[in-house]
Amino acid sequence: MAYPADRKYTKEHEWITSDGTIGITHYAQESLGDIVFVDMPKVGTEIAAGKTFGTVESVKAVSDLYAPASGTVTEINNDLTTSPEKVNKDAHGSWMVKIKLKDPAELNGLLSAADYEKFAAEEAG
Amino acid sequence: MSVAQATPPALRKTALNGAHRALGAKMVEFGGWDMPVEYPSSIGCGIVSEHMAVRTGVGIFDVSHMGDIRLSGPGALDAVQHISMNDAARLAIGQAQYSALLYPEGTFVDDVIVHRLGGDDYLLVINAGTREKDFNWVRDHTREFNCRVEHLSDDFTQIAIQGPKAVDLLQKLTDADLSTVKFYWVTRGTVCGLRDTLIARTGYTAEDGFEIYIPSDEATSMRVWNEILSAGKEFCALPCGLGARNTLRLEGSLSLYGHEISDTINVWEARLDRFCKMEKADFLGRPALDRARVAGVTKTLVGLEMVDRGIARDGYKVLDSSGTEIGYVTSGSPAPFLKKNIGMAYVSPQHAAIGATLQVKVRGQGVKAQVIPTPFYKRPKKT
Repeated sequence: MAYPADRKYTKEHEWITSDGTIGITHYAQESLGDIVFVDMPKVGTEIAAGKTFGTVESVKAVSDLYAPASGTVTEINNDLTTSPEKVNKDAHGSWMVKIKLKDPAELNGLLSAADYEKFAAEEAG
Repeated sequence: MSVAQATPPALRKTALNGAHRALGAKMVEFGGWDMPVEYPSSIGCGIVSEHMAVRTGVGIFDVSHMGDIRLSGPGALDAVQHISMNDAARLAIGQAQYSALLYPEGTFVDDVIVHRLGGDDYLLVINAGTREKDFNWVRDHTREFNCRVEHLSDDFTQIAIQGPKAVDLLQKLTDADLSTVKFYWVTRGTVCGLRDTLIARTGYTAEDGFEIYIPSDEATSMRVWNEILSAGKEFCALPCGLGARNTLRLEGSLSLYGHEISDTINVWEARLDRFCKMEKADFLGRPALDRARVAGVTKTLVGLEMVDRGIARDGYKVLDSSGTEIGYVTSGSPAPFLKKNIGMAYVSPQHAAIGATLQVKVRGQGVKAQVIPTPFYKRPKKT
């Protein structure tokens, strides 16, 4: 799986673009199985890097979403409220929340697409 | 991307373990066994697809982790009657019934399917996690009867073929005339070339289906599993794991040991009255159940559906509409066929009426739910 180079990644299997759009990776959706519920914070919520900001639920389990960076939630993807399975179909094309980044430099410490691909392969093996 | 995991050393494996891993199944520990929870989406599987296959076509399960205890001899019926709450005297040869083994307190050792295989020959099929406990219990409480008690759990690979097309699939593989086998009856026939194979029209999916008991050696087990999957292609049969097994039985509001039934729950609380024949002279747990019936229950099992957005999960607290804790969820999950979020829960009896509005505490917040009738799902009658 080639991970898109236009964004950064975390070890918790989230991705974030330079304009603060956040989602989960292909590896994450595959591990979770059929996603049935995405619980996102309200617009205006402050989220902190490394802390949980929502949950994604599969049939069997509840998984926390960890903020890749700090910021204020400006928009949430309401499509995922009615059609959470879109995340399984296209994880990289299904954004969950958009934030106004508190400190864009936080992204520098995250993984590149190549590094994440290697990390995900190690997790799988 | 298949998630390759080695079997942790303490876990037991069924003879089909290699087949599940070869298909790329996600494996999980259940009751001390290394079992498939779901198969990969790359082969059209996943919990939801597997669940839907059973509801609309046919699904194939390895349930060899379950246990088998045989009681035979002149005292076999008396022995079964002593330890089992249902009335085994009603069973004709070839007939089966759902029942439970009870402690003297009227609480559950395990639930069980009792099959009458012959004149004095009974097979009890029990849960995976309670194999040893149940065998010891059965052996220790039937010593006074003239019967032989055998632990046959390791002798069988058990495969469940479940769904409206199960009969069509299995008929391709057996000379037994399945049209003569009613639900909860058994027969014997040649299956995939194996003579005298036990075929039971039983299951844990709330659908029509069969369970076959074949020799547990790996070569035979693998061959039969693969032949079933092959023959199943024309019906779009899918291998199914424990994930779908759970969502299927939950839609049918079938109990799971350790959840709806346990050693701290009695028959009345669990609402399994219809399987408990108090008119039987005596059986383990009967005196306590008599007393409990007079005393009344302090908690009762109900079916819930989530009304507002949220999923009830095992162990979540149940609250009344004012936020007071009144119970807990025993099993909760999305229901793939019904397309809603359901659960079973123990609540205080005053909150158990159909239509009662309750809340389930999901991540600290009360989410509106309602008591609804069970079973949540009932298979359509064949016209």
